[in-house]
Amino acid sequence: MRPEDFDFIAKMLKDRSGLVISRDKAYLLESRLTPVARKRGLKGLDDLVATLRTAGEDLLREVTEAMTTNESFFFRDIKPFDQFKAMVLPQILANRAQKKSFRIWSAASSSGQEAYSLAMILKEEGAKLAGWKIEIVGTDISTEMLEKAKAGLYSQFEVQRGLPIQYLVKYFKKTNEMWQIDSAIRAMVQFREYNLLHDLKTLGQFDVVFCRNVLIYFDQPTKSRVLENISKIMPDDGLLYLGGAETVLGISDRFKPVPDQRGIYSVTRAGGPTTAVPPVGFGTKA
Amino acid sequence: MKSCLIVDDSKVIRMVAKKILHELTFTTAEAEDGQQALDYCKGTMPDAVLLDWNMPVMNGIDFLRELRKLPGGDHPVVVFCTTENDIEHIQEAITAGANEYIMKPFDSEILQAKFSQVGLL
Repeated sequence: MRPEDFDFIAKMLKDRSGLVISRDKAYLLESRLTPVARKRGLKGLDDLVATLRTAGEDLLREVTEAMTTNESFFFRDIKPFDQFKAMVLPQILANRAQKKSFRIWSAASSSGQEAYSLAMILKEEGAKLAGWKIEIVGTDISTEMLEKAKAGLYSQFEVQRGLPIQYLVKYFKKTNEMWQIDSAIRAMVQFREYNLLHDLKTLGQFDVVFCRNVLIYFDQPTKSRVLENISKIMPDDGLLYLGGAETVLGISDRFKPVPDQRGIYSVTRAGGPTTAVPPVGFGTKA
Repeated sequence: MKSCLIVDDSKVIRMVAKKILHELTFTTAEAEDGQQALDYCKGTMPDAVLLDWNMPVMNGIDFLRELRKLPGGDHPVVVFCTTENDIEHIQEAITAGANEYIMKPFDSEILQAKFSQVGLL
């Protein structure tokens, strides 16, 4: 691939999605975009780039989607969901006892597994949540992924990565060779097209935000900007989840790590304490 | 080191499973059918059993029911690993005391995910 072609695609991806592709990741362009080129009857990547330079929105979008689509699985990493059940949820239930409502956001929700994992956890809580109004919102920039998420249809391979077998039996139906998540679980989640680089205010406020394994694809200024924007749509006692390889340290002062809860961050307001204070319900082993 | 008994009438499957389990630092033993597996368990209870369903002599589900009746037979974590992939079979396996269920074909990622879900890793 010619350097000027690489620069062209890299800039386009950065502008549209925040995704940073360094030269040593050029092979990713090859592996992900060759199928897009073929689908359009183009010979290969070089032809695709030539077409892209004068292409309309459709192709630009398709290329961005192909590059930003990342795999996802149910209950990914397990621990964050255990933390959600054991600590986060009890805290929200205590803090919102008057209002009896809260909202959760799965940012960059891909094919929906994270959002549905949360929905299944809430469903399992059953009676405890009777009378509560709970919203789970999943957003992604890929319309293809959003469609897949809305359909809730997963391959045999996908339902075996992270999903406990009891949940498969309880919440899925087999349709031909695919497994479809129950309509009751699907009804608990709304999926919307949204770009994390845009103004987030129209999404409304979220008490818990899952933004895991998203920031790793961004450069430093983009990470800071996205974290700042997220903090603006969270209440003072809101909690943010990041991926295992991600942190706010040195990137944003809008969040601070919750003591003893790896991967979870609480909101810091300007002028607020700079040392972390555990929110109610997060006992630092007294 | 945890031990896993691999029960499958296919030599190829046993070999693949053995390789993956060794990478996950399990010690392994093998049985070609449910009866052989049951005889093995009467001598040594493994920590885990990776269990095929359809086998000659004694099938997987019958083995599981017999295993759970043995003294100490509730110790092994049993993970089915079979081409049977309908809800009815899965339900039957859970009722009989299976802890997890893998639908073939499987790979190391699936096996690892399932084993860590049931606390073996």
